Amino acid sequence: MLSAPELNLKGSAFFGQESVFKDIHLNVAAGKWTCLLGASGVGKSTILKIFAGLIEEITLDGTVSISQGQIENSATLLAQNDMLLPWLNVQNNVILGTKLRGEKPDKSRCQMILEMVGLAGKSKFRPRMLSGGQRQRVALARTLMEDRPIVLLDEPFSALDALTRSRMQELSAKLLHNRTVLLVTHDPGEAARLGHAIKVMTPFGIEEFDPPAGQIPRPLDDIGVLTTQAQLYSLLRESP
Amino acid sequence: MKSLTGAIASALVALVVWQIVVVSTDLPRFILPGPGLVGQSVWENRDLLAEHALITISEILAGLVLGSIIGGITAICLASSSLARTLLGPIFVFSQAIPVFALAPILTLWFGYGLGSKIAMALLIIYFPVTSSFFDALMRTNRDWLDLAKIMGANPFQIMWRIRIPAALPGLASGLRLAAVYAPIGAIIGEWVGASKGLGYLMLLANGRAKTDLMFAALLVLAVFTILLRAFVDRMANKVVD
Repeated sequence: MLSAPELNLKGSAFFGQESVFKDIHLNVAAGKWTCLLGASGVGKSTILKIFAGLIEEITLDGTVSISQGQIENSATLLAQNDMLLPWLNVQNNVILGTKLRGEKPDKSRCQMILEMVGLAGKSKFRPRMLSGGQRQRVALARTLMEDRPIVLLDEPFSALDALTRSRMQELSAKLLHNRTVLLVTHDPGEAARLGHAIKVMTPFGIEEFDPPAGQIPRPLDDIGVLTTQAQLYSLLRESP
Repeated sequence: MKSLTGAIASALVALVVWQIVVVSTDLPRFILPGPGLVGQSVWENRDLLAEHALITISEILAGLVLGSIIGGITAICLASSSLARTLLGPIFVFSQAIPVFALAPILTLWFGYGLGSKIAMALLIIYFPVTSSFFDALMRTNRDWLDLAKIMGANPFQIMWRIRIPAALPGLASGLRLAAVYAPIGAIIGEWVGASKGLGYLMLLANGRAKTDLMFAALLVLAVFTILLRAFVDRMANKVVD
């Protein structure tokens, strides 16, 4: 893997004539988790799509920059929808990227990654035989298999039950260590647990919010996490 | 098993109704023969029916296989290229405004009285349902999967082969299920227009000689084969889609 780069986005985005966001500046620090928190519809996911290079219908009036390398082959995406292909088994879903690029898949590495996410015995299972949490772990394994320095997370845990969600947060924080991670979320608690940096996005722009002390993933019962979570809630509720 | 029992029960009901109509209306046997008479005719003419059925079945199967392959390739070509859609799409739709039955005489002229013209007829009749249902499915691939493939650095060929085609197989399967029912119609129309063999030919011949029981016997053989073919294609389709 290349060393993790820093990302910057400046400018405004439009969907047709309609403004998605205006005059923002977002910095995503190298090798850190940046949590972008905001209510639905403020354009968080659009930012992620811009970084992922999926902006066919979106016009960006501004710049996207990366401190090293090229953004096109440096990023990978993990979304709320696990995007697993139902006709492929777990292993083939994990090595999908190599197959799509016509490369020879490293099956032993795939096996190792499946062990890391706790699915070693399930490599021949089809997605429909797995629970929601297991499916999301397969998607995480696929993301790790891609081994890209930038990981874009689009509310990846929001469809999971509370217990599974807290475990997935911990597993992801451990396995995506040292990568440049941009986590888009609407969950203040998640941002408080996982963000090295927390950015709050409202229709007026992006505001920096001081994260609690301590390494990520921060414990659920940490007083700093709980205080930050409460403050973030108030901040979001105040904005229109 | 339940569906098989249901099918047998419904066939029995149909036979009973048929027999009641025959007995109560007292129609002459050359207008409407009863189920017993038709059954007897199937048994007595079994060699004749088998000989002609073999011809019709080969026409149907050849038309089905060729039509599915050509329809499948057309759908993939149309789905791969917007130029192909612009140039060929309108022609494709226009060609469907021509009733395929109207082409039967010209097909006989081009491909002769033998198997060729009947295979062409069966092929043409299934080509549209196969192509359009597969093409529609190819154009409706889940957007998230396409985005994922793009981020992963896939080229259009790999996206087609590994994502769009497998995702569209249920669409192809429903086209093939229709094709299994349409292909026999094509072969029979082809035989009616000009043939010296086949169940369609036998039906015309029997009808002309007021051998209505033999005509019904040929029809029964064709219907049974069509049901079996439909069941077989359905099974294959379910396997592929799974």
